[in-house]
Amino acid sequence: MPQHNSNDVILHDHNRDGVDRRGFLKCMAWAGTGALCVLQGGVLKSYAFDDASGMHKAAKADLSFVQISDSHMGFNKAANPDVVATMKVAIDKIRALPVAPEFILHTGDITHLSKPSEFDTVDQLLKSAPTRDVFFVPGEHDVLEDNGQQYRERYGKNTKGDGWYSFDKKGVHFVGLVNVMNLKAGGMGSLGNAQLEWLEDDLRHLSKSTPVVVFAHVPLWTIYPEWGWGTDDSAQALSYLKRFGSVTVLNGHIHQTMQKVEGNITFHTATSTAFPQPHPGEAPSPGPMKVPAEKLRSLLGVTDVNYMRKRHALAVIDSTLE
Amino acid sequence: MKKRNWVLFMAAAAAVVLVLPALCVVEQSVAAASPAVVDVKIDNFSFSPPTITVKAGTQITWTNADDIPHNVVSTDQSFKSKVLDTDEKFTYTASKPGTYTYYCSIHPKMTGKVVVQ
Repeated sequence: MPQHNSNDVILHDHNRDGVDRRGFLKCMAWAGTGALCVLQGGVLKSYAFDDASGMHKAAKADLSFVQISDSHMGFNKAANPDVVATMKVAIDKIRALPVAPEFILHTGDITHLSKPSEFDTVDQLLKSAPTRDVFFVPGEHDVLEDNGQQYRERYGKNTKGDGWYSFDKKGVHFVGLVNVMNLKAGGMGSLGNAQLEWLEDDLRHLSKSTPVVVFAHVPLWTIYPEWGWGTDDSAQALSYLKRFGSVTVLNGHIHQTMQKVEGNITFHTATSTAFPQPHPGEAPSPGPMKVPAEKLRSLLGVTDVNYMRKRHALAVIDSTLE
Repeated sequence: MKKRNWVLFMAAAAAVVLVLPALCVVEQSVAAASPAVVDVKIDNFSFSPPTITVKAGTQITWTNADDIPHNVVSTDQSFKSKVLDTDEKFTYTASKPGTYTYYCSIHPKMTGKVVVQ
């Protein structure tokens, strides 16, 4: 854990958008080691993971949930021959959280090959999570061969189209989007017109002070187009979210944590519970990255999110499996 | 055999003897220019070679050497493999001349081209 002062309040607002770039970069560096970055109306306040005041904030949260991602059940190559074991460790981590989550968001690539037995195993493992309330969005590995039919049979109740939906919890509006269907040659993730129309309509009547959390598998901002790390038509979706005071976008797909703040929108990607992938451009391709066995669990993890209603703040905490 | 018939016979035989090797040579050069089977390797999220040019009737075999599943889907839907896990193969015999772009529909940045002559 790097040494730093707790309660580093951001003081310099050069771009006059409420975000101190140096402070933000500090938060980025700490995210992988379990730092608490609290976004309050666009201003980032950071706390060390073991800082009592930070955890105190988490304890006072009005709403607490966990994001897990990319369990790739069925994967068995060198990068991780036992994805069941690492998913079990992730669920144990969730059970050990100081504040029990009200529900879990799984941002896709639940399975590796869309096999029924793989879906079954994940359902079985999640039975020991501290909450049975789990919301899913599919990854490209969950909709192989059948255009997502099996995925929707299992998790598509009350969803529209390819499996998109929204719900509300304690005044926070959650939107699950599907950006892994009908992918075009040479393209990246894709939302499609039907879903974009539904999204515009879904958000229309919300007041701009409603905190919004959007979750989808492929990142909704362009991280690295050469590897398909982005969504071709996300700009339109983001335009519908611009007017809201607090928007948090939670994604998976890239198997590493990354964060970006753009106005009132915070983008965050989660680690996988199965295997890590390289940083952009640091390998010939974005495939599974082999690391020494003793290092694997430090590159996998879960994300804890706490919402404080009074401050309109969503605190996103990443922690690794080891 | 009468002498005239013998001459005719020998002329015909000579013609056949002269023509036969020429036929053989033509067949050999056709076989060398156009192998009946072409291999495409799938590895590191790419198809190699990315573009292949083949004669109609050539059998193309894609082999997935990557540690992640991929597939092979032509943009005009004329050929489509099932999902290929590591070491699995897909074979397609290109019959109709034309240019066919294909991609992996799971990781759509992966694209390739088959030119059928």
